[in-house]
Amino acid sequence: MQDILQILAKLDWSPLYISIKTGIVATFISFFLGIFAARKVLKASGRVRAVIDGILTLPMILPPTVAGFFLLLLFSRRRPLGILLYENFSIKVVQTWLGCIVAATVIAFPLMYRNARAAFEQIDPNLVYAGRTLGMSEMRIFWTVVIPTAGPGIASGTILTFARALGEYGATSMLAGNIPGKTATVSQRIAMVIQDGDYLTAGIWTIIVILIAFFFIFLMNLISGKALRSDKKRW
Amino acid sequence: MQLILDFEKKLEDFHLHVHHEGDASRIGILGASGCGKSMTLRSIAGIETPDRGLIRLGGRDLFDSSQKINLRPQERRVGYLFQNYALFPTMTVEQNIMAGVRGSKEERQKRAQEMVRAFQLEGLEKRRPAELSGGQQQRAALARIIAYRPEALLLDEPFSAMDYFLKEKLRLEMKQVLQEFEGLSILVTHDRDEAYQLCDHLLLMHEGSVIAGGPTKEIFDNPKTVEAARLTGCKNITRIRPLGPHRICALDWDNLELTTGEEVTDEITHAGIRAHDFFPMGGDRGGDRGRFSVSPCSRYEETENRPLSPPPENIIPVENPVLTELPFEWYIVLQNKIWWKVPKDIRSHDFSESLPRALCVDPSAIMLLTQ
Repeated sequence: MQDILQILAKLDWSPLYISIKTGIVATFISFFLGIFAARKVLKASGRVRAVIDGILTLPMILPPTVAGFFLLLLFSRRRPLGILLYENFSIKVVQTWLGCIVAATVIAFPLMYRNARAAFEQIDPNLVYAGRTLGMSEMRIFWTVVIPTAGPGIASGTILTFARALGEYGATSMLAGNIPGKTATVSQRIAMVIQDGDYLTAGIWTIIVILIAFFFIFLMNLISGKALRSDKKRW
Repeated sequence: MQLILDFEKKLEDFHLHVHHEGDASRIGILGASGCGKSMTLRSIAGIETPDRGLIRLGGRDLFDSSQKINLRPQERRVGYLFQNYALFPTMTVEQNIMAGVRGSKEERQKRAQEMVRAFQLEGLEKRRPAELSGGQQQRAALARIIAYRPEALLLDEPFSAMDYFLKEKLRLEMKQVLQEFEGLSILVTHDRDEAYQLCDHLLLMHEGSVIAGGPTKEIFDNPKTVEAARLTGCKNITRIRPLGPHRICALDWDNLELTTGEEVTDEITHAGIRAHDFFPMGGDRGGDRGRFSVSPCSRYEETENRPLSPPPENIIPVENPVLTELPFEWYIVLQNKIWWKVPKDIRSHDFSESLPRALCVDPSAIMLLTQ
């Protein structure tokens, strides 16, 4: 007990802040990009839709290290895009917090995109037609009819995205590295302390992560899981 | 308000070709399911786009392929009542009604309150669509459309998802709404009673084409074609062979010979008789004058008192009929598959005693049809 308190007192909390900050920014970006992409993909026709859908879902299926490797190739300062970004805008992605965000966004984005798409597919097209014949603009129909109706699906997509972004390890370690106070996230810190044989610190971080996870599961069920609270029998 | 429809659209199963031109204000489109009638309505609303043609409402071109005009649904000012009403599920009744109303918040709320009163939705303003009954949902959807002040009201099978009791009640309400509505209304339905009750002008559709159009009562009186007769509910249709200017042989009714009121011209291929148009002939099996007590319908008395009895030519013998009882009607299917419907009283349950030996039909009741 004494040990735990001692460790807690000296614990460097920066990984938690970095993880949460990264999670929030990545979720924010994924939220809009995911909804936008879902909308565009549903409007596209058959074959184009299948190809784009495949590409957008790929980061979720690939091992994160593979995605990380691709990102590294893309953003490396020895490669065209990396050179372009650095020389024109002084933007560094590799080994920076921006790298954390890029990695987390790419990995978590498919969750948002797929959930949003599924939610949009469930919407009765007549609702949109009704809005149109009532003279409502497309923007107004989208924000006041489509988004609220797809609400539960989009909300659970957002939470899953945040949870995924928060715990991202593979791609982040490849692209952003593990620089204490800068790019070291909770997942990376746990891996590091275990390599050092510090199981107690790893355990403390694990408990923190479990608490956060429970909080999100609870939040998700609160939003989309009325079913769990109702007594209605299901098959 | 003038309406011109003249457009085509290629569909999976057939080619939709709609033609109508006129000033009728309450139009009905009657057709079997999948005949293209909903597609017609959706094309007028701008939800679907025809391949080519013209849609003009009250002098405004909504669609004209020759001028490349295709107004967005938002600009067409037509209200569309969807089969499932399409109320916005996350909005309250009041918000739904306000959805199509422009103006300041107060104006919109005032308009919504007017509509709530007009459509008897008082007390339900804050409810969501899922908390309303089917009838209330329909009223809310109509209120939302009327609040928008459309020039035309398009009704897509508005009663198809309802039980019988509610349907009859809501049809009366709809009649009222359509009478008070100043613009044009188009009702799409497969139910001839609905069309008859709610529309002054009728278009009959079959496999994508308008096969008949005209004042509702005229169409029912004289459907002219086999499909039109079927759509207006004629149960008995037979192929015929002409025997003379007013004489036909009904090929599908055991070669029964009939005298017609109208002249049998060359193009006539079929004849139809409505199931209610038969009269029982005397010489009943019970032998009792009291036989008509089963159904004291005026039509029977009229027949008995009629000085000129129907010509003896149009006699159809009744042998081994199959009887089916409904609350207020007997369905009687004769040996030659002719349907006869007889109104009855709810308390009588036996008709076999009163079965006539033969039926007769007035020559004027025989509808001459073309294929």
